[in-house]
Formats: sequence, C-alpha cells, structure tokens
Amino acid sequence: MTAVLEAPSESRVSSQVALWRLLLRDWVATGAALVLAFVALVAAFGPMFVGDEAAQQNLLDANAEPFRLSDGWLNVLGTDALGRSVLARLIVASRTTLSVAVPAVLLSLVIGSLIGMWAGYHRGRRETVVMRIADIILSFPSLLMAVVVLYIFSPSSANLILVLAITRIPIYLRTARAESAELQSRLFVDAARTFGTRSSAIIFRHVLPIVLPTLLTVATLDFCFVMLSESSLSFLGIGIQPPSVSWGLMVAQGRTYLQTAWWLSFFPGLAIVVTTVSATILASWARLATDPAQRWRLTLPRGRRGRRAIRRAAEKALTPEVQ
Amino acid sequence: MSTAVMSVHDLTVDIETPNGRLRAVDGVGFDAVQGETLALLGESGCGKSMTAQAIVGLLDPVASVSSGSVVLNGTDLVTASRRKRRAMAGPELAIVFQDALTALNPVYTVGTQLAEPFRIHRRMSSRAARAEAVELMRRVGIPHPESRVDAYPHQFSGGMRQRLLIAMAVALNPTVLLADEPTTALDVTVQAQIMALLKELRNEREMAVVLITHDLALVAEEADKVAVMYAGHVVETGAVAEVFSDPQHPYTKGLLESVPVHVARGSDLASIGGTPPDLASIPSGCVYQARCPLARDRCVAERPVLHQVAKGRAAACHYSEEVSR
Ligand SMILES: Nc1ncnc2c1ncn2[C@@H]1O[C@H](COP(=O)(O)OP(=O)(O)OP(=O)(O)O)[C@@H](O)[C@H]1O
Ligand code: SF4
Ligand SMILES: [Mg+2]
Repeated sequence: MTAVLEAPSESRVSSQVALWRLLLRDWVATGAALVLAFVALVAAFGPMFVGDEAAQQNLLDANAEPFRLSDGWLNVLGTDALGRSVLARLIVASRTTLSVAVPAVLLSLVIGSLIGMWAGYHRGRRETVVMRIADIILSFPSLLMAVVVLYIFSPSSANLILVLAITRIPIYLRTARAESAELQSRLFVDAARTFGTRSSAIIFRHVLPIVLPTLLTVATLDFCFVMLSESSLSFLGIGIQPPSVSWGLMVAQGRTYLQTAWWLSFFPGLAIVVTTVSATILASWARLATDPAQRWRLTLPRGRRGRRAIRRAAEKALTPEVQ
Repeated sequence: MSTAVMSVHDLTVDIETPNGRLRAVDGVGFDAVQGETLALLGESGCGKSMTAQAIVGLLDPVASVSSGSVVLNGTDLVTASRRKRRAMAGPELAIVFQDALTALNPVYTVGTQLAEPFRIHRRMSSRAARAEAVELMRRVGIPHPESRVDAYPHQFSGGMRQRLLIAMAVALNPTVLLADEPTTALDVTVQAQIMALLKELRNEREMAVVLITHDLALVAEEADKVAVMYAGHVVETGAVAEVFSDPQHPYTKGLLESVPVHVARGSDLASIGGTPPDLASIPSGCVYQARCPLARDRCVAERPVLHQVAKGRAAACHYSEEVSR
C-alpha cells in the first residue's frame, strides 16, 4: 500500500492561537518577536518621555563615556559632542527611523510584488515591459537618483519615503516575477483555471501565499539597506533634517568622532543591526510556520531539531497510513 | 439513441520552436457521448495530452490551435471568449490530471480547494461550500471526511489524492470529463479502485468521459469507444470490442500483438519495429509508412484520410481491408 510521510499529529495548526503557541516553543523566534515589539513600543511612546532630554544640551558634560551611572541613568550610554544624552536621542531617533524605513519598505514591497506577480503570471509582452522598467531603475545608481530627486523636491519625510521606495521596488518586482512565472506553469494553477478561476483570483489565492514568505524575507533584509540608505542621504544633508534625528543620521554624525567617542556611532549602529536581525529571524520562522508541509518541524524542540529528531519523526510517520 | 455532447473536429495544434513550427496534433476528431467512455489511445508523445490541453484551453504559450473546432453544448470552445470559457470551465467541462500531488496547492487544506468550484460558480458562502466539500469527499470514498477536510494535500496518500482530484473535477457535474492518464502514477490495486470510482461517477452523473491512456488493458476494460492516435493523427476509431477483435489499421494491429495476453505461451512476443517519427520529420504520405508491414508506393505518395470501414468504424489506411487477413 502507499505509505505517506504524515506530519506527526499536526493536522490542524491553522488557527491564530496555534501559531502563537508554535512561536512560544521556539525561544529564538520568541526573542526576536519581543525585541521587535520592544522597538515598536519605544518608537511609539518613548519620545513622549525623553523628547526634551534628547534636545537638552550640556556642554559641561560633552562626550561623556557610557556605562557611568554617576550623572543619572539617562547618560548611561554616554553623551554626544553637545552633551546630549545618547540614550534619549536613540529613543527619539527610533521613531523617525521606523516612520521612514517601515513605510518605505512596505510601499516598495506592496507595489513591487503586485506588479511582479502580475507580470510573471501573464508572461509575454507585459512581462518584458515591466522587466525593462525595473532594469532602468536598477541601472541608475539609487543614491544618485535619490540625490537628484531630493535636490529638486524638498527633502521632506514623505519625499524621502517615496524615493527610497521607488529605488527598492525592482528588488521585489524581480523576485515576485520570477516566482510567479514559475508558479503559473504549475499544475495546481492549471487546475484552478479548469474550473473557471479568474487570473486576479489565481494571483491572490494561488501565487501570493506561496511567494509571500520569500518576499517577506527579502523585505526584512532590505529593511537594513533602507535604514542605511536613509543614513547616507541624511549624512549628505538631503535626508532627515536636524534637529530631527534618525539612527542612520546618528551613525553618520558620530563617524567624525570614531577615534575619541566610539559610542556615538556604536549604539545607533547596534540598534540597526539588532532590529534587522530580529526581523530576519522572525521572517525565517514565519516562512516555516506558513508552510503546511514544513510546519511540524517547529513543533520539535529546537536543540534536537537536527537530523536525529527529524529521522525519528519520519520513522514514526512512516507507519503505513490507514486508508 | 445516444448523442454526442462534445464534438472535436479537425483539431490541429502547432508548436513554435526555435527550429520552426511543429504540428503536434493534426486534424484530430472524435465525439464524446453522454454516459460513455471514449479512450484516446496512443504511445507516449503521440499528442494525447496536447489534444486534451487544447480542449480545456491550457496549452503552453508556445503551442496554439491553428484550426478545428471543439463544440460542446452548441459552443465552439476554440473561438469562445475567455469569459464564456470561464463560465463553462467546471459545470460543462472538467479535467483530471495524472499527477495529483502537484495538481493540488500545497498551502491550502483540501477542504478549501474542494470548496473553490462552488464558491466561484454557485457563489456559495464558505460554510455552505465547505459542507459540499465534505459531501464530495464522502462521495469519492475518503474515510472520515469531517476530520480530513482540514488536512493538507501532503497528508494524503497518492490514491486518496487522486480521489480528491476527481472530486474537484466532478464537483459541478460537468457534461464532459477528461481524464489524462489518471492512474499511471498509482499501483495496480489503487488503479482499479480509481477506475471503478470514475465509472460509478460517470453513470451516476451521466457524464461523457474521455480517458487518455497508453494502456491497452485499461481501454479494454473501461472504454466503450476508442480513438487510436499515432504521431498527432487519429488512425482508427470505433467500438472497443470491435476494434480490438478486428483492427482495421496496421498500427492498431501492431499494438495489440505487442500485448502478452494475445500471444500463445512460448511464441515470440511481437513488437512494432522502429520508433514513431520525430515531429519535425513527419513524412508527407501516411504517417505510419516507416513502420508499416503493408506499406507500398501509394502510402508514400498520398496520405490516407480517416474513412468509414464498417458501421461506426473508421480507419486511416489505404489498405485497411488487408489488415485483418
Ligand atoms: N514545448 C514543446 N516544444 C516542442 N515540442 C513539444 C512541446 N511540448 C510538447 N511537445 C511535443 O508534442 C508531442 C505531443 O506531446 P504530448 O504531451 O501530447 O504527448 P502524449 O501523447 O501526452 O505523451 P505521454 O503519453 O508521454 O503523456 C510530443 O512529441 C512532444 O515532444
Ligand atoms: S496507408 Fe499504407 S503505410 Fe499507412 S498504414 Fe495503411 S498500409 Fe500502412
Ligand atoms: Mg501525456
């Protein structure tokens, strides 16, 4: 009889509740989720509490070293050249950073993915035209394009988001197109066509759910790139305008003091890295969790999620299926 | 008298390749009759799947229908608008694929997928459609459908998956059901169960079934009529019992002689010498001339057309009356 590799006892982990439980079993992914939640909370509410302190200059206490609690907990991460608290500035900057990077990433993700899936699904001339446009955007050095655009238009937050989004659209567009072009030739897409599903419905029901995990992974990696692009633009004076501050701008401003006051660049840099890494970890977890054929792996304890555990699970599952 | 619900006439499919245009299906015609099974029989590569794809409108972008018609309930599928085709896909015409695992979307539960035809064509609520899905699963013989409806395709065995695929195809009671080698990937016992299920469903829902296969035994057991294909052409048609007992085309005869059951123990098993012609070099005369024991000058010069050789039977051979001798 046909035996089938049946996922052990995990036939119905589709509900939200089960996803939560699945997340809690994986302490690395849980940690990443907590970090992201913390960053989001700080960005949302932090500036209300330390907004004034972030702007407070104190030239007597300029470039104070970190990890000294003698002059109050606010200066625990040191102070900058004007004696402003690095911690307070980090907190204020988190809001600016997220309010530029998140919309820019989401905008490019949504637009790029939709156009890419559409082009890949229909193939032919639509695909060619879209891909040439993507090539043109990509062949233009994105920083150069941003400089030109932001020089002509005023460097407002909205323009910054728009420029960053446009330069990153081709990344998603290419990924979505490639996957969608492959998927549209799959038999289950043909099967959907044979009972009269419209193209748009096929794209949303059969292509999107499969491409989405990949796109999200790309997006989390791109999150880092967008934050750094924003910092370059801010450094050039056409991004975030002082006295506003972002993590990227803090890194950029601290660069001149790297020899004397490393903490000015280090802590905002660390914030960028920790946020990006957490997002990436969560994305790769989500990738597994949204794949019904892979999801059961997450139910195994992390330490034993190696070959042995999988082999044992496979053995258990290989007992012939009762038909 | 039984009536044809779908008439395929002179169907021709061309493939664009870097080396020029190839004719994969050339002037194929047959009728599908309500409540009957028509077998499309032929060796690998003779254009069976291509014919089915042309009928259901799933041809590769490189292939296209260059002439012919597929008339189903008064509508020509070849010239119908996309909208019209979409409306007919499901309630009028459905297809069962060979590879059941890849024909089901891995990220959705089988219940969701079985409900889709109902949601699209009958605009049912998700709850009602789900109830229909459970009912369908029960009908095609899946045990405990209420609990299995939320399982994913990879959690089913190959035979069960093929049942699911059949369920999805018959969901809207199609007039014509195409089945492209529906059991080739399965072992023999499961194969028999699936064919029995198809027959039951055909009788119960009065569908016309077009069974595409290269398996002579399957045709003998399951089909009422047969159309034998060779190199993109239909070379012989008729009732299965008659065609198999008294073939009127040398190719059909060769096929039958290559099957063990027809040969006495100890004698040599005949096989057809040579291989089917490459699509790029199909000869101008009879397509079978290179392998035909009866071939002569006329076969090289003139292509035989499918003509009536007896009541309800046709063959495409200049010398068909010599075949039975
Ligand atoms: N994209 C293509 N380019 C060139 N030739 C093709 C292409 N697709 C199919 N063909 C050719 O068309 C012919 C018909 O193929 P088809 O799939 O219909 O065969 P089949 O009778 O279904 O065979 P099988 O029993 O193996 O499924 C084959 O000879 C094949 O080589
Ligand atoms: S027409 Fe000639 S070559 Fe063709 S099958 Fe008949 S006898 Fe053979
Ligand atoms: Mg085939």
